[in-house]
Amino acid sequence: MTRVKFPKLSWVAASLALSGVLFAGPAAAQSGAKEIKLGQTMPYSGPASAYGTIGKLQQAYFKMINDQGGINGYKIELISLDDGYSPPKTVEQVRKLVEQDNVVALFQTLGTPPNSAIHKYVNAKKVPHLFVATGATKWNDPKDFPWTMGFNLSYQTEGQIYAKYLLKTKPNAKIAILYQNDDYGKDVLKGVKDGLGAKANTMIVKEATYEVTDPTVDSQILTLKASGADTFINITTPKFGAQAVRKVYDSGWKPLHIINNVSASVGSVLTPAGLEKAVDVVTVAYYKDADDPQWKDDPAMLKWRAFMAKYYRDGDVHDGSNIYAYIVAQTMEQVLRQCGTDFSRANIMKQAENLKNFKQPLLLPGIVINTGPKDHAPIEQGQLEKFNGKQYVLFGDVLGPSSN
Amino acid sequence: MQTPAIQTPAIRADAAAPTTRIGQPALSQRKILGLVVLLVIACAVPFLLGNYRIFQLTMALSYSIALLGLNMLTGFNGQISLGHGAFFAIGAYTAAILMDKANFPYWATIPVAGVVCLVAGFLFGLPALRLEGLYLALATFALGVAMPQILKHKSLEHYTGGAMGIVIIKPDAPEWLPVSQDQWLYFFTLAWTVLLFFLGWNLLRGRIGRALVAIRDQPIAAQAMGVNTAMYKSITFGISALYTGIAGALAAIGVQFASPDSFNFFLSLTFVVGMVVGGLASISGALYGALFIQFIPNIADDISKAAPWAIYGVFLIGFMYVMPGGVAGAIRYLRHRWSKS
Repeated sequence: MTRVKFPKLSWVAASLALSGVLFAGPAAAQSGAKEIKLGQTMPYSGPASAYGTIGKLQQAYFKMINDQGGINGYKIELISLDDGYSPPKTVEQVRKLVEQDNVVALFQTLGTPPNSAIHKYVNAKKVPHLFVATGATKWNDPKDFPWTMGFNLSYQTEGQIYAKYLLKTKPNAKIAILYQNDDYGKDVLKGVKDGLGAKANTMIVKEATYEVTDPTVDSQILTLKASGADTFINITTPKFGAQAVRKVYDSGWKPLHIINNVSASVGSVLTPAGLEKAVDVVTVAYYKDADDPQWKDDPAMLKWRAFMAKYYRDGDVHDGSNIYAYIVAQTMEQVLRQCGTDFSRANIMKQAENLKNFKQPLLLPGIVINTGPKDHAPIEQGQLEKFNGKQYVLFGDVLGPSSN
Repeated sequence: MQTPAIQTPAIRADAAAPTTRIGQPALSQRKILGLVVLLVIACAVPFLLGNYRIFQLTMALSYSIALLGLNMLTGFNGQISLGHGAFFAIGAYTAAILMDKANFPYWATIPVAGVVCLVAGFLFGLPALRLEGLYLALATFALGVAMPQILKHKSLEHYTGGAMGIVIIKPDAPEWLPVSQDQWLYFFTLAWTVLLFFLGWNLLRGRIGRALVAIRDQPIAAQAMGVNTAMYKSITFGISALYTGIAGALAAIGVQFASPDSFNFFLSLTFVVGMVVGGLASISGALYGALFIQFIPNIADDISKAAPWAIYGVFLIGFMYVMPGGVAGAIRYLRHRWSKS
């Protein structure tokens, strides 16, 4: 018989070579160019994959920066890895970024559970953990976690803003609340209750919840309507936000309708619900909406559209995440510019804590980013706005948790 | 020629099947030597690699325990489970809650996690007896998809931390041992792996193992021979869950975090993939399968950022095409060829 025989040695050699590929990793990637390495994890797969666009946009953004010559002579490399929104995978990927790729900072790691899983690790390793993409309140805790910094207007602050607005304009409101049954929904709810203070028990007449896996929230809306409430706080994610707006209108309930910022998008929530059904909906916002006609010729918006057309053609210009991601990337750029040429972890953290009245043109007029060694919440302001059937109209002052 | 009546087809089929090495006498000298070399390599590896790689291998070791548990149930006993992620989660949460609420030392949580899962698996196995094949697969599927929501439920929130999960403190090595935390965790997990693989091997190569395979291949004949099918099936379910639960506890301590999102339904499917790729009804297959589920997704991600899951699929199909008996089957085949040549 003539069979090809593999000598024993070649098997050994082949398996050694394979394990070499497995374990050597990108050790040989060092080149002469001056480079700053940032790392992030993103849910490119899994249940939250809709947010993956944030990571894609930010990679495109730093490509643009590099094309324009980089920052202070340095090129930026953003290593963006998939964690599938699964915390164990986040831990693995973040350890790879920190221990193997030697990133100087983590930037915009997305999701509350994934960030919770790495919270202690990055602080023990003293790696800047900047602008995490979640609205949970716990990221602003510089005393216990000096290396972690949030970004978003926190869910609790948002809830407090609604509560203050109601106390001021409608102190006898009978409030019905619909919220998503998870940490996000409960965080906004807590903000509302804290903001109402002692009056929370009497003002809130009915609460209802839904699960992300529910098909609709129609029955919840009918239950809330039946409570006789005249004010409705809608704490939902986009799909359910659109359902709720439509059902409230169709059922003939005419409450003062407050919809949370997560679901305020004209393009992805109000349009599918029917614009005429969304008239007089109130929300709080801190950045400009790409579908809002009043910003059509806004210079910052035009610049953003040009960027989208040139560097991120696959991106959906109706998706608010693409505006958000751009704002955060610009903030990161600002931090790196402030660093000069000292890109040590300590200096990056120091500069991240040193954003003073930073005006980002895609933020609403009057809203500024401020941070400090005791303030790890870059955005703490929002402004109320009301939908008039075509666009949102801002009203009142820029509000924060401390303003009245 | 007539076969003597005493020889049952079940046992003969088993003896003839190359995929199961049951009923073999104790290990040959060469095999013992091989295992010793493997153990020496396993002990040397953490001194050669960085902490990140050690962490990955620690995770792979805990996955291998879970895969061995699943393999007992599906590979040896023929009961399909699509919900073993749930037992992994129960084990992980048992460890996390004991450490977080009751101040248990980390090492004491592992046996407790095993016992809790043994009971849970046995109880789940009782009604599951009435379900065969695909129907059992569906019932376990239900368990797997329900688990993340059960963990978020209000009544358990005080213990499970709801959607926010539980953060676990990373254990330190004993003071007399000059190793890092990651190295220590690796050795801790390795010790459990060796122990559980030894016990599993002991269990599966003897009477019990033969009975399990007989139930898988010829349930009626097995019963006729006096095998208590119902009892064996539920006990197998329990032991399988025990292995998976211990694996979950070890993995949670390794990751230092347990949350509902860590144990989504995809985890259960990953276990099935690892088991089949490693080799059904093979003890060593659990190790190969664990390496596959730990490292192949990363390699796929390195090859293509745009479509890592497509690359993963190509790997999977390639493995199944080239090694229909799993990695363990292929290695057995090669060894066979080798000793002949």
